[in-house]
Amino acid sequence: MLYLRDRDMAAPPKPVEKVDGVVIRFAGDSGDGMQLAGARFTSETAMMGNDLSTLPDFPAEIRAPAGSLPGVSGFQIHFSDHDILTPGDEPNVLVAMNPAALRTNLRDLPRSGTLIVNRDAFTDRNLEKARYTANPLEDGSLDDYHVHEVPLTSLTLEALKDVEVTKREAERSKNMFALGLMSWLYHRPTEGTISYLEKKFQSRPPIAEANVLAFKAGWAYGETSEDFRVTYEIAPAKLPPGTYRNIRGNQALSLGLLAASVKSGLPLFLGAYPITPASEILEDLSRRKDFGVRTFQAEDEIAAVGAALGASFGGALGVCTSSGPGVVLKMETIGLAVTLELPLLIIDVQRAGPSTGMPTKPEQADLLLAMWGRNAESPVPVIAASTPGGCFDAAIEAARIALKYRTPVFLLSDAYLANGSEPWLIPDVDFLPDISTRFADAESHEGDFLPYRRDAETLARPWAIPGTPGLEHRIGGLEKADGTGNVSYDPDNHDHMVRLRAQKVAGIAADIPELAVDEQGDEELLVLSWGGTYGPVQAGVRRVRNDGGKVAHAHLGYLNPFPRNTGDVLRRFEKILVPEMNLGQLSKLVRAEFLVDAVGYNRVRGLPFRSSELAEAMKGML
Amino acid sequence: MKDGNGGRPLVQLTAKDFKSDQEVRWCPGCGDYAILAAVQGFMPELGIARERIVFISGIGCAARFPYYMQTYGMHSIHGRAPAIATGLSSSRPDLSVWVVTGDGDALSIGGNHLIHVLRRNVNLKILLFNNQIYGLTKGQYSPTSPLGTHNKTTPFGSLDYPFNPVSLALGAEATFVARSVDTDRAHLTEILRRVAEHKGSAFVEIYQNCNVYNDGAFDAVREQENRILLQHGEPIRFGGEDGTVERGVVVRPGGGVEIVDVASVGEDALLRHDESAEDPSLAFALSRLSHTPVGPTPLGIFRAVERPVYDTLMAEQIEVTKRELGEGDLKKLLHAGDTWAIS
Ligand code: SF4
Repeated sequence: MLYLRDRDMAAPPKPVEKVDGVVIRFAGDSGDGMQLAGARFTSETAMMGNDLSTLPDFPAEIRAPAGSLPGVSGFQIHFSDHDILTPGDEPNVLVAMNPAALRTNLRDLPRSGTLIVNRDAFTDRNLEKARYTANPLEDGSLDDYHVHEVPLTSLTLEALKDVEVTKREAERSKNMFALGLMSWLYHRPTEGTISYLEKKFQSRPPIAEANVLAFKAGWAYGETSEDFRVTYEIAPAKLPPGTYRNIRGNQALSLGLLAASVKSGLPLFLGAYPITPASEILEDLSRRKDFGVRTFQAEDEIAAVGAALGASFGGALGVCTSSGPGVVLKMETIGLAVTLELPLLIIDVQRAGPSTGMPTKPEQADLLLAMWGRNAESPVPVIAASTPGGCFDAAIEAARIALKYRTPVFLLSDAYLANGSEPWLIPDVDFLPDISTRFADAESHEGDFLPYRRDAETLARPWAIPGTPGLEHRIGGLEKADGTGNVSYDPDNHDHMVRLRAQKVAGIAADIPELAVDEQGDEELLVLSWGGTYGPVQAGVRRVRNDGGKVAHAHLGYLNPFPRNTGDVLRRFEKILVPEMNLGQLSKLVRAEFLVDAVGYNRVRGLPFRSSELAEAMKGML
Repeated sequence: MKDGNGGRPLVQLTAKDFKSDQEVRWCPGCGDYAILAAVQGFMPELGIARERIVFISGIGCAARFPYYMQTYGMHSIHGRAPAIATGLSSSRPDLSVWVVTGDGDALSIGGNHLIHVLRRNVNLKILLFNNQIYGLTKGQYSPTSPLGTHNKTTPFGSLDYPFNPVSLALGAEATFVARSVDTDRAHLTEILRRVAEHKGSAFVEIYQNCNVYNDGAFDAVREQENRILLQHGEPIRFGGEDGTVERGVVVRPGGGVEIVDVASVGEDALLRHDESAEDPSLAFALSRLSHTPVGPTPLGIFRAVERPVYDTLMAEQIEVTKRELGEGDLKKLLHAGDTWAIS
């Protein structure tokens, strides 16, 4: 086995080519371990100090039939020596572990792109499952690409022939062979992956050995095979100084909620029902009992938010996490929270819909649901995270608003942010905002305790939690008299209370940052984006500018209320383009609110925007 | 009655202390008044300070209850009180949390929450006022209305087979299941006492007369001869006063229970009630003696067993984890896993 020689006996090093960035996509069957290979490659890349952005793309089915088209799972990583904003529009390199992966992903690979295929998987049966009538490796259809046919399966089996694992187990290590090869090709450090594998399969040493050997064999194959003539080097990126880790949006959101609990001094209570792509937050936080977190996996979405609200009534930081199909079920309770004026966080990790839609695919079509999806006038602040790492700050900010204004708050994320990852500058805990709040007690009021007497500045009502002597009171869904909170059907009181609740939410505009505009000052076109599309939109803006186009960019993290200068900003530009992964929800809001002629760029493909398509749309308006 | 007051000394209060300043707005003659009076009369016995007591309700006539109690309270939304109370109770084990609900609220729109709260054994005291009708919406049939009920939405008679709330609670493996009647203050108070003592979910069905839309629905159980009073450890027998025949309950060969004349089987053959039996089968069989209360009907405690309480388990997990891992350190957690420094 030539390729398993020791490193010190290796063939003379191959020429190294310096590149500033590359996009690699790993694609294979759901059972091929592509997500793991991708995640490991990401960690190696992070340790190299490159900037990076990743996008996993997997089917909702846990195990679609092996080798089938719907069973293809992909993982894309973009890494570079400069700061980047997206996982890349299209891969430069595609690793296809079987014909189905080739068929579903080839359309994204530009001509002359690099294609690495597992030749062993191109059997008649697999070709048929992928609906190929001829073998694409043989019929010349791949002539425009740089194709590397690697017998990944047989090389893996050969490398593991002395390890005590079954053939099936040995075969399953082929993802590590592929990872080893790619790690060699791009000069990734290997120690992290080796110790990761040893730890992951700690209880099954032969499996650990098999994976490590396959990984090393892949590396060695690169070194010795005639097929690979050069390797690539991508220098570390110049990022702001500090300590970094790689983070996915859902992880950042969980950490943000914990930070909100610590910084508010309130115990975190999470009510949730399992739903893709939000379940991971429940899973993460259920491990955090050391922070006193109570996680309640409810019988349904309704009970999940109900319990969170009940916990808020008792003085906890009540949170529920879900996705669109679950959020619709919670609206009744959110309406109750509006009228009870209690803090509550509703986290909607948006996915493509309507109905069950495409559970693992992103969309941002729940904006109007969050705004108005309740009966009657029931205003709720809405904020949206913009990047995976930004989910951390968004969670703290949502909690700050909820606690300070005693209101439910919507935090919108999406499947792209949730699963996508990027390097994250770990914040200094001491500099996180203090979001502590004060419960009402015997001293906090003069005269009789009035549960609906408002703070003059914030219009928030007192939060008097059970257990506080002398402040016993009843609250409920019936309209309340201003001040006393007693049930009231008085017409003027109702009109007054409806307006007060609206004013309270609108008033938050004074307490959030102004909308910043990325501009030179002479642009006529403003691109207005919101939420999870920040990366692709900003990347699109940079493309246009590189080509000499003039375009300004503003990105909204606050959707209700809008930052107080939003109208002024919008009116400064002649043209406004609003790209959204829906059919024009923010467009509707800004048109209605500011009477501006916002033009939408709308795609709902269950995939993040490509910066190239956005750049085209921008150019079309110049 | 040690729990609920957080180890504090017992408090001396009177029924008056539990009356809020809100005018009670049920129809005159409604059974809810009697239940409210019984609860307010009983509360001082608990010895728990008012601020540690919380009443949570859903929607319906019964759901107005919290407004009239000088405690903490929440009149929430239809059917959801058990869910909201679960969040409160499990995050605040120092409180005594009561849920007041009705047959529509608990068994129709909120049926899912009810069965799950019972199975989890959350530390909640659940009072279900069963009047077999939707009162607040003015007289539609409910999930406990007898089959064939004629009213506003069933002019030709209802087609749905009703729930027996006690059977349902036992089926959900509730640890405490009882039944009482609105106007029987002594019996109701005795049950409330046991409810308060129980650790975990305590479920009580209270037959409540809606004199406006369903008057007299429970008249049968107001007759002495129909009241099968369950008493732990005692043979189950009833009637026999005022010249009526004394009857009793025996186990039927092949399963279930049935009503017989005591004279015909002899006293020794009667079933002795065991509320603490782990196996709920006999309790369930007793609940089937009257599917709807038109004849002899068991009242009292069907089941009272111990099972770990959800709230306590949740608190213990946190305590144990903190003991083993130490108090969570945010800085450490943020830096967990692979990190790298850029200078
Ligand atoms: S409608 Fe019936 S249940 Fe409701 S308050 Fe009137 S009498 Fe009582």
